[in-house]
Amino acid sequence: MTTLDSSKEIQKNNSEVNETHEDFRMFGLITFLIADGMTFAGFFAAYLTYKAVNPLPDGAIYELELPIPTLNTILLLVSSATFHKAGKALLKDKNSDSQKWLFFTAFLGIIFLTCQLFEYFHLPFGLTDNLFASTFYALTGFHGLHVTLGTLMILIIAWQSRINGGRLNSQNMFPLEAVELYWHFVDGIWVILFIILYLL
Amino acid sequence: MTISIDPQKTNNESLQPKGWLRYFSFSLDHKVIGIQYLVCGFLFYLIGGTLASAIRIELASPMSDFMPRDVYNQVLTLHGTIMIFLWIVPVVNGAFGNYLIPFYVGARDMAFPRLNAVAFWLIPPSGLMLVASYFVEGAAQAGWTAYPPLSITTPQSGQIIWILSVLLLGGSSIFGGINFIATIIKLRRPGLKLMQLPMYCWAMLGTSLLVVLSTPVLAGTLILLSFDIIANTGFFNPVLGGNVVVYQHLFWFYSHPAVYIMVLPAFGLVSEILPVHARKPLFGYTTMVFSIMGIVVLGLVVWAHHMFTSGTPPWMRLFFTIATAFIAVPTGIKFFNWVATLWGGKISINSAMLFSCGFIINFVFGGITGVALAQVPFDIHVHDTYFVVAHFHYIVYGGTVFIIFSSIYHWFPKVTGKMLNEKLGIFHFIITFIGFNLCFAPQHWLGLNGMPRRVAEYDPQFQFVNQISSLGALLMAISTIPFLINVFLSVRNGKKAGDNPWNALTPEWLTSSPPPVENWEGEAPLVEEPYGYGKKLSEQK
Repeated sequence: MTTLDSSKEIQKNNSEVNETHEDFRMFGLITFLIADGMTFAGFFAAYLTYKAVNPLPDGAIYELELPIPTLNTILLLVSSATFHKAGKALLKDKNSDSQKWLFFTAFLGIIFLTCQLFEYFHLPFGLTDNLFASTFYALTGFHGLHVTLGTLMILIIAWQSRINGGRLNSQNMFPLEAVELYWHFVDGIWVILFIILYLL
Repeated sequence: MTISIDPQKTNNESLQPKGWLRYFSFSLDHKVIGIQYLVCGFLFYLIGGTLASAIRIELASPMSDFMPRDVYNQVLTLHGTIMIFLWIVPVVNGAFGNYLIPFYVGARDMAFPRLNAVAFWLIPPSGLMLVASYFVEGAAQAGWTAYPPLSITTPQSGQIIWILSVLLLGGSSIFGGINFIATIIKLRRPGLKLMQLPMYCWAMLGTSLLVVLSTPVLAGTLILLSFDIIANTGFFNPVLGGNVVVYQHLFWFYSHPAVYIMVLPAFGLVSEILPVHARKPLFGYTTMVFSIMGIVVLGLVVWAHHMFTSGTPPWMRLFFTIATAFIAVPTGIKFFNWVATLWGGKISINSAMLFSCGFIINFVFGGITGVALAQVPFDIHVHDTYFVVAHFHYIVYGGTVFIIFSSIYHWFPKVTGKMLNEKLGIFHFIITFIGFNLCFAPQHWLGLNGMPRRVAEYDPQFQFVNQISSLGALLMAISTIPFLINVFLSVRNGKKAGDNPWNALTPEWLTSSPPPVENWEGEAPLVEEPYGYGKKLSEQK
């Protein structure tokens, strides 16, 4: 595992290679995502408990509009598909196609965040107004943090899949696959979040 | 896809410092990281132990005369947090896990060496931050559980530093857990089956599953708590419409499994040590494995037994009482298996063996009081009294810390190539065992008679028993001295150990002491029977 960071270094040392092992970086990532999912599970459990046992005081405002989050759901689902396209293109060593799809995915992520901020600014309640408001901002904010990190990582791998001097190709797919899995995970969390926060 | 590894030697020779300096570097060698965990943890153990002594000095008299009441609260909070998050969890998981697991699975290092080093280097800064919080505006005062609304109303800076520190330590723990799961499942030597692994691997697999599943929930909870403290939200603040019981549920969803995170690796370690010094195969290997996995599953669904006085509805009390009582079954299986391992064995009475036997005795005490505490009527009677303190310390000190010392005596020859002095070791065991029981056994009585925990003052009728307890604590404090002398003397001029001083069969003894950088000179040996003791040499593979 010591030279995984650079495929060049692996090639350089190929003459001295004395052992091989299976690539389990994806296994580690999945384990990490299970852990990350448990954080969200804790938040969801807290939210649902509050909903069940802590009635809001009279006059508390907790109205949510559906159009923006619905648009956001569609944006993220489409971005999952475009990311998949990027992976397919890279598998065929079509780096420029892959790069286009990645930039498009990142663009969708940025639109998502913009819509989210737009919603924040136009909601009739603030962070400390009532328990529902606090939980709403904590949940969507924590998810938004994940989307922000994901978008940054997509931009990084888009830069790395450039044709001249880029590191990503059909032989070195792992960075793209890892970010893709993370992105699908963030999408999946959003769908659950959308259902229990906006629809329930 | 497969990955080629270049010989790590080239990497180590060029990048890593030599000698003792490597213990202060960002080393990727799992053995160096294991020792880093152990020494760092032991330094925090000395700090936590000093705080414990301060608590026992205060409690030697009924009045609050040794330190102010708020300082007492800070001391007990720091003592609990340091002992759990900076001593027990990192040492029993990180130190021994990092040192032993790659040997046991026949690997040259952990699955993710860089992640491993990151996980260790998160610990010293967060520990120092926690200790330093005392000098800012006073450390956290809400106990290691940080229950709101107490944690919201006490001075904020200490509590926030506490939260940050525990978040970092939780992150370190999760990274370690991911690494252990990947190493045990994916990095096994070809030909080594899961059911041939030494028991410590199973214990670490179970522990790491608990770490990965429950620690993130604590992280989320503490983030919400910090919002309550800094941003004035009301998640756990009843005044603002929040719900304190939700915090307790989320907190104990981590912190009950945390008890197993602290004790399961000790189960694994004792299962390694007993067969070697009793010269018998480990009794009931398969039942041991299933017991560990049973404890992992049950351990995740018993958390509300900490909350019987928090207004839990009757059905919840019934469920959690029954689930908790069920944990006694796999734990009991393990206990009887250890006794059966000793039964009729050729036992050598040395320090490692004595500490392991001490563990078995103390642990069965703590286990019995644990079953008692799971019963609602009894729990309501002794809730938040010294009975709980006694129970907890019987598990965590009498159980896990005894095994940490036992493991140090057992693996010291492997790590340093020198033997520890047995006379000093046996002396260390005797005063630790007497001191520990003198300190904590009387606390059962105090709790049954209603002395509340976490309070600096108490009814004068309890003074005599508290003084016995403080005397025990003094013995425990003294017991560290022969141990430290022993370690320093033995490192400098201890008897040469040789590769395998105990004639053990587990893989770490099949290499030189101390082991070379990549663990084995040639290919990793295939150990199919790690506990094949008591056979004629010709029958051994």
